[in-house]
Amino acid sequence: MKPSAVSGIQHEEPLLFEQAHAESAAIALPGLDAEPPAALAAFARQAPAGIPGLSEPEVVRHFVRLSQWNHGIETGFYPLGSCTMKYNPRVNEQVARLPGLALLHPEQPEETAQGLLGLLFDLQQWLGEIAGLPHVTLQPAAGAHGELTGMMMIRAWHASRGDAKRRKVLVPDSAHGTNPASAVLAGMHTVELKSAPNGRIDLDVLKAHLDDETAALMLTNPNTTGMFESDIAEICRLVHEAGGLVYGDGANLNALVGVARPGDMGIDCLHINVHKTFSTPHGGGGPGAGPVAVCDALAPFLPVPRIEKVGAEDGARYRIVRESPQSIGPVFGGLGQVGVLLRAAAYIMAFGREHLHRIAEDAVLNANYVRARLEGAFHAPFPGLCKHECLFTDEYQHRHGVKTLDIAKRLIDLGFHPMTVYFPLIVHGAMLIEPTETESRETLDAFCDAMLEIARQCEAGEVEDILNAPRLPIRRRLDETQAARRPVLVWNDRPTTANEAG
Amino acid sequence: MTIPADLKYTKEHEWVRIEDDTATVSITDHAQEALGDIVFVELPEIGRAVAPGEAFAVVESVKAVSDVYAPVGGEIVEVNAELEGAPEKVNTDPYGAGWIAKIRMSGDTVELLSDDEYSTFLEE
Repeated sequence: MKPSAVSGIQHEEPLLFEQAHAESAAIALPGLDAEPPAALAAFARQAPAGIPGLSEPEVVRHFVRLSQWNHGIETGFYPLGSCTMKYNPRVNEQVARLPGLALLHPEQPEETAQGLLGLLFDLQQWLGEIAGLPHVTLQPAAGAHGELTGMMMIRAWHASRGDAKRRKVLVPDSAHGTNPASAVLAGMHTVELKSAPNGRIDLDVLKAHLDDETAALMLTNPNTTGMFESDIAEICRLVHEAGGLVYGDGANLNALVGVARPGDMGIDCLHINVHKTFSTPHGGGGPGAGPVAVCDALAPFLPVPRIEKVGAEDGARYRIVRESPQSIGPVFGGLGQVGVLLRAAAYIMAFGREHLHRIAEDAVLNANYVRARLEGAFHAPFPGLCKHECLFTDEYQHRHGVKTLDIAKRLIDLGFHPMTVYFPLIVHGAMLIEPTETESRETLDAFCDAMLEIARQCEAGEVEDILNAPRLPIRRRLDETQAARRPVLVWNDRPTTANEAG
Repeated sequence: MTIPADLKYTKEHEWVRIEDDTATVSITDHAQEALGDIVFVELPEIGRAVAPGEAFAVVESVKAVSDVYAPVGGEIVEVNAELEGAPEKVNTDPYGAGWIAKIRMSGDTVELLSDDEYSTFLEE
């Protein structure tokens, strides 16, 4: 299979405000045919709302044209490491749009919403079983929100034991940046653990930092280098022995789902990025969902409201529990991002308990297939089998003046979304490739062929195409430095044109 | 890549110029090269006490955000406010206009390396 990217017609597209012509409007409403009530007179608009004047087709074309600049999982391969960009099956969308689920109001009486409550209750149970941690809140609206919720519960647990001085959270230097941020937001302070040369937690470093102020260790397993923390049982034992808890970042659950359970490893609290592992859409800024599963000790601290099942199987009813004495309280309005949770439930049901393990097995197999094909041409900092993602660096290409960023940009010309670059931070020039279970062998081969061609061109000194990439997309290499130093964030920040100034 | 002979270095890639009781601190040429284009420098507050090895400033590049650790203990007496508007000076002149802060020294330092020792450390 050859790279599929060719250039096509793309349109320059000014901002809607720049396109607006005065007085034109997509939808014209008739004027008021009655006097507004006197009580509302004070709120009457004094000046036009500042909505750009455009016709409906102009607005539609604007957004369709912008979408054509985009690349998503539905356009092509998207091996963005640590992000699990798997395909979002259409059937998930159908389930989330069923009127009996989609048209409910968050505040309607619970006896009229038994179907939805039952489904969400089942999802709580399934996620608890997958995590090996039986108690679940569906409330958090994102992975990082789940981290914050988890850290709040851990803090509450220590306080309930009269041990409120435990505020120290240990975070490996390979962690996702959200981990220390969430801990600090929950009122903790963090200490960074330097990883061992094999990319895993160094037990001696861990031991040196455990003390009577340690609240928790936050870890990701497999970690962000794609490697399984093989000492996980010993790590959890040491933290527990020191009086701390272990928080699991479930970002990499796609490597384990249906095969191994974080709770069985000794982890006490885990958030689950359903938008990753359970295929709800992501990459567009939300909405997401980050349910949190906890062990028995943390259960009393779960947020409210929660869904509870009352009565026997054949006559079971579901009710919403709104108060609980030790709860940390609500962390979100209502029960959570219900539409996202329904998509996740649909994905889990499509596999069923018997087949969920195939998600992890295929994801790990695909990552190792890519790893095996690219090893030798690209430097692997941690040799050996990986889990759901494989990690390389630009060490071999750097000798020819080609850096990780250049390789990433060249992949765009070849029709692929680049891998994650320069993360994890502990590896210089990192390239983190996560194919997910979505992809066929043909797609993986096309990607590997493209990567191997880049490596060959470097060896042959044919680096022009690579250093000048990307050439095909509507924008070439962006000035990321200027964008970060002098960001223009809203439309009226744009520089005044000579015309306007005149 | 340059490693001036008149400066001391740390294993975390800071340099320090010690004149009387004042230490001028920033990151090395190697560090700025590895970080790439620097887009933001978070400066410490003047008057803040820092312990040797304590993170006292932050440099942000297009690739990563990194702490800068104090090579010496003491009090922050001056910061390079020019970096707020022109963080790129850390890239273009790391040992000169790219200085981050001056610390009035009191007490300990972290392990400081000579130019030769730092050069050897980089090769390892």
